[in-house]
Amino acid sequence: MRIYDETLKSRLMLGTARYPSPQILKQAILASGAEIVTVSLRREAAGERAGQKFWDLIRETGVKVLPNTAGCHSVREAVTTAQMAREVFRTNLVKLEVIGDADTLQPDLFGLVEATRILTEDGFQVLAYTTEDLVAADRLVEAGCRVLMPWGSPIGSARGLNNVYGLRAMRARFPDLTLLVDAGIGVPSHAAQAMELGYDGVLLSSAVALAGNPVTMARGFRLAVEAGRLAFEADPLQPRDMAEASTPVLGQALLGGAVFA
Amino acid sequence: MRIILNGEPAEVSAATLAAALDELGYGEGPFATALNHDFVPAGERRERQLAEGDAIEIIAPMQGG
Repeated sequence: MRIYDETLKSRLMLGTARYPSPQILKQAILASGAEIVTVSLRREAAGERAGQKFWDLIRETGVKVLPNTAGCHSVREAVTTAQMAREVFRTNLVKLEVIGDADTLQPDLFGLVEATRILTEDGFQVLAYTTEDLVAADRLVEAGCRVLMPWGSPIGSARGLNNVYGLRAMRARFPDLTLLVDAGIGVPSHAAQAMELGYDGVLLSSAVALAGNPVTMARGFRLAVEAGRLAFEADPLQPRDMAEASTPVLGQALLGGAVFA
Repeated sequence: MRIILNGEPAEVSAATLAAALDELGYGEGPFATALNHDFVPAGERRERQLAEGDAIEIIAPMQGG
């Protein structure tokens, strides 16, 4: 999977929030096989050192980080957060979130396009958290975005892929662009479905972090993402309305039953 | 002078952002700063003068989704 100038073997990106403990987070990252994890920035009091401890833990895993602008509701807030993240995490990558609706955490697509333009011109490599809206996607690409991450369903909802048609249309519109489904994944079958649609990867967080056993679930997602990708590459059988016998009928003995041929 | 530090009132005598960070006890740790909603790169903190009522934000790595 290509993320700007990085080529990754794993097609799974993992969030780092809401794990039961730092140790379980670390084990889950390793079990998932993810090469990129998402991180964030929050206020820190003097002497607190929580940020340093978390940063040390992530570095121990050896994975790359993708800072997000989670919680930002305006272009200015998102741009400033991205600039601060670039300095702290020393990467030009940013998962750009400009949230427009408090209930669904739906991206503000107008603000997203504007922030993408500003950040791209400033040398950032933007991974845009967006919807399946094709017009917004066109604008994001025009603004210099090379990785689009449409939602499967609202963040943390575990509803899976709400709009398979829309996601399929987006894949068809941008055959060469890196596309990941981000948000709303609940179980590995959701991730496999996204991969079967031809998405380059998935980004998920709560589905692993809030599972009863995050480490086992991380492994489940790893296998599902691999299985879904293999299915896509193997050109799957298309659904049909009626049965088609899988066992050849040619040469079948006539033993008194009905013949349907 | 009175400033706003991470949304809370605070008192500093330092004249620059860098000096205020020292005075407030922020060490070398990984963090980034903003002054009145604008990012201030680490290399510019020594030149950035503070004024009464300035809002400083200091943010550090945290778990994210």
